[in-house]
Amino acid sequence: MIEVRQLTKRYGGTLAVDGLSFTVRPGVVTGFLGPNGAGKSTTMRLILGLDAPTGGSVLVNGAPYRQHRAPLREVGALLDARSTHPGRSAYHHLLALAQTAGIRRSRVHEVIEAVGLSGVAHRRAGKFSLGMSQRLGIASALLGDPRTVILDEPLNGLDTEGIRWVRALLQRLAAEGRTVFVSSHLMNEMAVTAQHLIVIGGGRLIADLGMAEFLRSRGRAVVRVRTTHPDALAARLGGPDVDVSFGPHEVLTVSGLTTDQIGTAAAAAGITLLELTAQQASLEEAFIDLTQDAVEYRASNAGASS
Amino acid sequence: MTTIGRPARRGEQHVSQARVVRSEWTKLRTLPSAAWCSLSTVALVAGVGIAYAMLRVARPPADPAMFDATSVSLAGVQLAQFATGVLGVLFISGEYATGSIRVSLAAVPTRLPMLVGKAVTLGLSALVLCVPAVLATFVAGRTILSTHHLAAGLGDPGVLRAVLGSALFLAAVSLLGLGLGALIRNSAGGISALFGLLFAPQLVLGLLPEPVSDRVYRYLPTPAGAAVGKVHPDPLSLAPWAGLGLFCLYTAMVLGLAAWQLRRRDA
Repeated sequence: MIEVRQLTKRYGGTLAVDGLSFTVRPGVVTGFLGPNGAGKSTTMRLILGLDAPTGGSVLVNGAPYRQHRAPLREVGALLDARSTHPGRSAYHHLLALAQTAGIRRSRVHEVIEAVGLSGVAHRRAGKFSLGMSQRLGIASALLGDPRTVILDEPLNGLDTEGIRWVRALLQRLAAEGRTVFVSSHLMNEMAVTAQHLIVIGGGRLIADLGMAEFLRSRGRAVVRVRTTHPDALAARLGGPDVDVSFGPHEVLTVSGLTTDQIGTAAAAAGITLLELTAQQASLEEAFIDLTQDAVEYRASNAGASS
Repeated sequence: MTTIGRPARRGEQHVSQARVVRSEWTKLRTLPSAAWCSLSTVALVAGVGIAYAMLRVARPPADPAMFDATSVSLAGVQLAQFATGVLGVLFISGEYATGSIRVSLAAVPTRLPMLVGKAVTLGLSALVLCVPAVLATFVAGRTILSTHHLAAGLGDPGVLRAVLGSALFLAAVSLLGLGLGALIRNSAGGISALFGLLFAPQLVLGLLPEPVSDRVYRYLPTPAGAAVGKVHPDPLSLAPWAGLGLFCLYTAMVLGLAAWQLRRRDA
């Protein structure tokens, strides 16, 4: 559980985090979304007590992070995949981290194996690709078997297989009852990873809601349907807020209905579907809309005050 | 895939000073620059000491009574201080350069045990490296000088103190480097500050009138620390242990300032 209350951080003249309040609950994957420079990484540093807040407070598992006597047991964090000494091996990096908490060597080998770095554990971390560095960072986050996991952009630099692996891992950690807090600047990535969303822009909270609710409320989900009988299918897809447009090559673009609903309707009418795809791009647009509002709000505010 | 979770066992995984020392020892022995700095330290102590002893054999002193055979053999210490000092700087500034300081401080959120852990590890390692290096160089120098009956024995008054004190001085310089690295958080800046602190005061003092400079010289960091390596009393120096003590005081002040900043500043 992470409780952020009225958190504010000012660096010189810049307000990086501005009166932020939200709660990250255990048992689900919570996505932390915002454009670059929105204050995501700053918020994570504040949660870990690496930076001191200008105002407000953060509790992790019921206490300020600095007060935990077994910090690695409470929080496993990946802030920056490249934050290892390039001349040190992955094994020694993890060993030094483990030793601060008296964690056994066997556990170090265990996490190295779990993230798939066994073959390169004794190679210098400086020679790692970004994907391997991400895996090493995830290994360090898992080392203490923490109740809360905080990962800053863990999917960056991973290949498809790696992304799928991280997603499965996050789901599993959440299912085990842990608090899982994952940042990203890509909406599409989060839509299939997180069950809950916290969106910030310009250091402020923009949205704090369930992923399903976000998709519903934004109502911009568009489905691309290719069928042998576009006219017949279009006639079957009625209802308020439903919009069907015809494209070339028997393609329909449908908004206001899910793939489930369209598939069911097509089956009921005996219409063959050749393709049925939820268009992710519209999610990205919804996210950009959402965050742009905040950015413009700030910009116009700044303009008004000057 | 291997399981990642395991049953929670509360009360385990507490951070302790002893555990952090162990962790810092792992970091130090796997730091590539540590090997280079250690090698330089030994090479400078032994190489310069032996070379100088050979030079003095070739050009014997006019008055053997005034000849400080010990400080001839230990001449390399004055150069090796830069190698141990640089190691101290890099031991912590490297963590800031790579960003791994955040990993370290997230693991030790109260922060001070990390700096203490680094200081203990570094100080002890420097002693383990420097005591044998200085001792062996002294023995080698004595062997060379004794061919001209210029040598001092370890049993002679003040000689053992000069030999072991020089090793202590080298360890203290490494801690001074650590403090500067922690304070400045940048390798180039930390090394510059170290050289500045060890070199610059003497240069500035040279610009002042001699009566003033002669009185102040003994309190400067390097001359104060070097006093412990002299067997013949030098009118411009502090007493051996007082000098080393003053150098340690300077080091403690820098480390204290670094500790205070470490607690206060954002990582």
